[in-house]
Amino acid sequence: MSTNEVDQLVNIMAKNLSALIDNKKISNPLMIGIHTGGVWLAEQLHKKLELKDALGTLDISFYRDDFTRIGMNPQVKPSKLPHNVDDRDIILVDDVLYTGRTIRAALNEIFDYGRPAKVILAVLLDRGCRELPMTANIVGKQLSLKTTEQVKLSGPDPLNYEIQNISP
Amino acid sequence: MSLQLDEKGKLRHFLSIDGLSRELLIDILDTAESFATVPEQSVKKVPLLRGKTIVNLFFEASTRTRTTFELAAKRLSADVLNINIGASSTVKGETLLDTLRNLQAMHADMFVVRHQESGSAHFIARHVKPYVSIINAGDGRHAHPTQAMLDMFTIRRHKKEFGKLCVAIIGDILHSRVARSQINALNMLGTGEVRVITPKTLLPNGHHSLGVQVHHDLKTGLKGTDVIIMLRLQNERMSGAMLPSEAEYFRLYGLTEEKLCGAKSDAIVMHPGPINRGVEMDSQVADGPRSVILQQVSHGIAIRMAVMSMAMHQGTGEAKDWGGGPLSRGKRGSEA
Repeated sequence: MSTNEVDQLVNIMAKNLSALIDNKKISNPLMIGIHTGGVWLAEQLHKKLELKDALGTLDISFYRDDFTRIGMNPQVKPSKLPHNVDDRDIILVDDVLYTGRTIRAALNEIFDYGRPAKVILAVLLDRGCRELPMTANIVGKQLSLKTTEQVKLSGPDPLNYEIQNISP
Repeated sequence: MSLQLDEKGKLRHFLSIDGLSRELLIDILDTAESFATVPEQSVKKVPLLRGKTIVNLFFEASTRTRTTFELAAKRLSADVLNINIGASSTVKGETLLDTLRNLQAMHADMFVVRHQESGSAHFIARHVKPYVSIINAGDGRHAHPTQAMLDMFTIRRHKKEFGKLCVAIIGDILHSRVARSQINALNMLGTGEVRVITPKTLLPNGHHSLGVQVHHDLKTGLKGTDVIIMLRLQNERMSGAMLPSEAEYFRLYGLTEEKLCGAKSDAIVMHPGPINRGVEMDSQVADGPRSVILQQVSHGIAIRMAVMSMAMHQGTGEAKDWGGGPLSRGKRGSEA
């Protein structure tokens, strides 16, 4: 995968997001990236869309549904939401949409901060295999991967990804 | 294998700083850093320990430690039970192990234990079921590891690098489990210089092995310090005449604005609480600009959240009877 392609995907995402924001008549959206890849992507989108309010970041480790199985993520980072989320139009950004569990956790965390007016989901890659009813509003690229394959993102600059085989 | 760690080197019980690696201590501090933002949420809790039961088992009086442990557990969404042992079964002659077995039969997942005997948290950790975790909230003169970690957290927030710091601990080192844990943690984190400033009568015998510089004069001891940790004078642990009087102690070892001049200009002043005003320190210092005493209390919640969530037992996904009867724990670990 060339860096160029990811750059192009991010450009297309920014264009589509901008159109969606206009279409939904959103005046001042609040962008929130999910650690770690989602924050990398959100930083680029935030810049391209020239958003006024600072980027928020979420670490969903404390909201995971598999804590009782695998325990604490050893590299948990602080969540930083610089603005009140009450009545805000939020653009939630993540790198890869897979089972939908991360998004479920992120929504729960956002709602513990307040009650947003709207949440729009933007992802770089949608690899399918959903386990929860989640859909992204903006998708950079649709993939259809087997469960024995995983997407590995590298970044933040340049942002890139590769598809790896994992033992079943 | 250490009693505190599991086979993968993860935290299993949190009993003392002794025996934990520098990496693990830093992990605890980093995790606490993430929990420190939870009070900014309008719902001041995270669902991490939902469905877990944590028992605060206090055999010795405490307000700050017990309430911050309780608050930490509640902010992790655990159910909390506070047991005041003075008013319970041990008075009726029940042994510690019987009390423990009864609480285990009620399916507690974690005990936070404070006890007047040194080594009691270790003793309990050796006797609980494999799914129960023990957190030491202070045992006799031995250790008070969560207090030490919240102090390290406070120091790191103000001073960043431990390597260049000079930290002085002042007061009753002999009776202080706080001092012992602080010294262990400071040394494990690579603190430049650790000093204790104390009267000869309140210095433990084995102080040569502690890894500290000993001073008996407050003025010379404070010279060039970045962090000043005052200890409480533990009247309840003193037997016999170790000090002439509180007034005399204050004259020699009480911290005042004037004595503080010898420390670095940006030095911070800490105290684990509760403060004996006019004995360990002047009110002017306790309430002054260099005091971070109330920050220590807030940090205590974040540190306790970190330690409790890291030590909480993880289900393995296999159905197992853990001794609470056939219906008790069959589905444990498969609820994710």
